[in-house]
Amino acid sequence: MRRVLVRRLGQALIVLVGVVIVTFGVARLVPGDPAITYAGPRASQEELDRVRVELGLDRPWPEQLVDYAGGVATGDWGTSLHTRRPVLDDLSTAVPASLELVLVALVVAALVGVPLGILAARRRGRLVDGTIRLLSTLAVSMPVFWLGLILQNVFFARLGWLPVAGEYDPQLDYTSPLTVWTRMTVVDALIGGNWPVLSSALAHLALPAAAVAAYPTGAIAQMTRASLLETVGEDHVRMARALGFGERAIYGRLALRPALNPVIALVALVFAYSLANTFLVEAIFNWPGLGSYAAASITTLDTPAILGVTLFVAVAYVLANLLVDLVQAAIDPRVRRAL
Amino acid sequence: MIAIRDLEVRFGGRRVASVAELDVARGEIVGLVGESGSGKSMTALAILGLAQIAGARVTGSVQLEGMELVGLSERRLRAVRGRRIAMIMQSPRASLNPTLRLRTTFERTLRLHGVPKREIAERAAAALREVLLDPPLLNRYPHEVSGGQAQRFVIALVLALRADVVIADEPTSALDVTVQAEVVDLLRRLRDDHGAAQLFISHDLAVIGQLADRIVVMRGGEVVESGPAHAVLAAPSVPYTQELVAAVPRIGVPA
Repeated sequence: MRRVLVRRLGQALIVLVGVVIVTFGVARLVPGDPAITYAGPRASQEELDRVRVELGLDRPWPEQLVDYAGGVATGDWGTSLHTRRPVLDDLSTAVPASLELVLVALVVAALVGVPLGILAARRRGRLVDGTIRLLSTLAVSMPVFWLGLILQNVFFARLGWLPVAGEYDPQLDYTSPLTVWTRMTVVDALIGGNWPVLSSALAHLALPAAAVAAYPTGAIAQMTRASLLETVGEDHVRMARALGFGERAIYGRLALRPALNPVIALVALVFAYSLANTFLVEAIFNWPGLGSYAAASITTLDTPAILGVTLFVAVAYVLANLLVDLVQAAIDPRVRRAL
Repeated sequence: MIAIRDLEVRFGGRRVASVAELDVARGEIVGLVGESGSGKSMTALAILGLAQIAGARVTGSVQLEGMELVGLSERRLRAVRGRRIAMIMQSPRASLNPTLRLRTTFERTLRLHGVPKREIAERAAAALREVLLDPPLLNRYPHEVSGGQAQRFVIALVLALRADVVIADEPTSALDVTVQAEVVDLLRRLRDDHGAAQLFISHDLAVIGQLADRIVVMRGGEVVESGPAHAVLAAPSVPYTQELVAAVPRIGVPA
């Protein structure tokens, strides 16, 4: 197991080096001058020359690349041209917000999607199955910004049950200030025992999390259904029936466990994907996450920030895939042999 | 033990198996022969009430010691499956849950049928001894044992469940010849030492000839011949059985 882990981490490192080189190259190919972005459109030629030297743009690009890669390795991911703060600092506030949103959404998606998939598989061809398939297709194909607006319209504007945007009620900063530990509001409120902020944070999280959860819920339900139906046709399920096990035990446990592998892979993929791609939801709900940061850095041609986001997402993908392998191996011993 | 009368299995409008009369007595092995698609496996599934789950319509009568199984509720059928009538399948490793250790499969099945926890270990030890498997083998997963070991494990499970009737559906077909002989020997002992009634399904007359007391031949969903094993093998009465018997290779007899 340890050897597998070392080998996989080595592979991950190679992937990350590749990502650094490719993103750096692409960033240099994009038209636009980082110096102008940094100094502003009214800067004089002397100012621009000074900024070029300051940013190292006057040196040949291989040298810049080596410089950048060395910085990445030692914790200096460059300075954002837009916020003028170190990229790593920006990420350390944006990432936890996105992480919180995406994690909650995926937990909800798994808790809802897997049972729906089981139910649909058990009642295949019946009305329940048809309904679940229709709903999950809707959930998968609905544009997420549209869903976000609908949710705000219903639960904020019409019913007034939930807040419309933000992470928590800013007035609470005066009455019960939050101590920062992880920068994930819910977690920090839990650690600090800050109940007013906790309930406000959960209420603010509900709608954006629901919007983010829609796609994975539908996809997980469909994947669970398909994988279960395939597994249920296998010999060991016939044997389980012949031994007297009921359909509930078969769909809920005996066939479910070997059927979960593709579902786990799907969850990990959606997780890594969602981290930087929920910017539409983050924009609608004014959520200060990675998606918002990425969108802002792209529109302002903020090269160091774009590189930082890309690199972080690559790390997230690599780690998610590693985690998938470990979880699959824990659930299905056949995978252990293949590792 | 098992008495089948006018059993018919239909899928949609198509009749896939029809058995007018088939009895298996305690301590008897009945060989059910026929090519694939002849309806023998469907007959086995119908006895266990499993053909219905697959969407078939089953009519007629299957009695287990006087208890009618056709039309019995799913809940009561589940108490019969495994506990009274057990099944052994063709691909032993594929018929075991790939995510569970053999021990877990063993314990869950016995607990399902109400065997108290402390008794499970005793029964496991005794059953494994009988099929000549090392107890540590229980800690393995199905993909970590050989086909022969897996099939012996399944037989041990059947022994521990103390089933009265065993349906063996091609239990030796996926195994190589030496392992086949071991499994045949174990099935024979299941009859001789434990008095189990057995329905042995195979397309292989050579194996059936070693084991069966009586032989039933099926073709195209229907029984075409039945009788004592030696009589059917020595003097088959219908052309189809004659072909089957002629097709069995024998040492010293030129084809």
